Amino acid sequence: MKNIIEHLNKLFDSRLRLGIMSALMVNEEVNFNELKELMQATDGNLASHIKALEEVGFIKVQKGFVGRKTNTTYSVTKSGEKAFKAHLDALEKMIRSTK
Amino acid sequence: MDSQTQSLNTLKDIKQMMERSSRFISLSGLSGVAAGVCALIGAWFAYDVIYGSRVSFSTGHARYRGDKLNDVTPTDAVSLTEFMGSKLFFIAVATFIAALVLAFLFTYLRSRKNNTPLWGVTARRLMINVALPMMVGGIFLWKMIQAGIFGLIAPGCLIFYGLALVNASKYTLQEIRFLGYGQILLGLVNLWFIGYGIHFWALGFGVLHIIYGIVMWWKYEKA
Repeated sequence: MKNIIEHLNKLFDSRLRLGIMSALMVNEEVNFNELKELMQATDGNLASHIKALEEVGFIKVQKGFVGRKTNTTYSVTKSGEKAFKAHLDALEKMIRSTK
Repeated sequence: MDSQTQSLNTLKDIKQMMERSSRFISLSGLSGVAAGVCALIGAWFAYDVIYGSRVSFSTGHARYRGDKLNDVTPTDAVSLTEFMGSKLFFIAVATFIAALVLAFLFTYLRSRKNNTPLWGVTARRLMINVALPMMVGGIFLWKMIQAGIFGLIAPGCLIFYGLALVNASKYTLQEIRFLGYGQILLGLVNLWFIGYGIHFWALGFGVLHIIYGIVMWWKYEKA
């Protein structure tokens, strides 16, 4: 049991972080407002979780402009994809082992 | 501990988020039913125009023949089909708008109920992918009408619409694919039964829509 839990990534403990990663896995890029709508999160809360994921290099940030407004889009990195898949595998194993 | 249920819930969350962010899932089954009902009403009016005018056309034609032997000018036929066409065209446009408005309404209501944004990346992607085959089909059929090939219009509508739905299934609820297959199949069969276009059209746009709508409503919205 202990072994399996070790594989679960601590970084993905929060629902919001998992949500961000899930959305980025199936979309090439998603911007801040779309993420906010999807997660129904507040600006600050979402931003802090995004920052945490960015710091470990799981997601990439691209800043751009749409007209005069800033448009920040996010996409998943290779290492982020790998970590997320490993996390899913660990979850799956956990369910299997407790059956 | 309940680590199993916890993991299951997490996986469910992930799956839901992947779906919500990549597919337009607010499409309501009731939209399908409403569009189908509109199509049936439209077809009923169109049937009147087509068969009503065909009768008067053939009787007028016969009388003409009786008076003056073989002296039917082509312009008579053209103006008549033009008249019929314009009335049919009016019915078609009215049906299309009514179906679109009602379909939009039910989907709007569902998106409000589910608290999912109606207009977003997923909706835009869906619209683009439905619009492309539909517009190509529209131009193609318009040229066909100009060429006077009326028999292929109904099958053409069904086939292009079916292809649009199959294309759309990647961006919304997957089951719409089967509605698309149904429309394509009807359109293809119709190619061997030219002259029954309105019947096939009513079957495809009316009956299939209603069946699809009820099934989808039953599956996702009944609650």
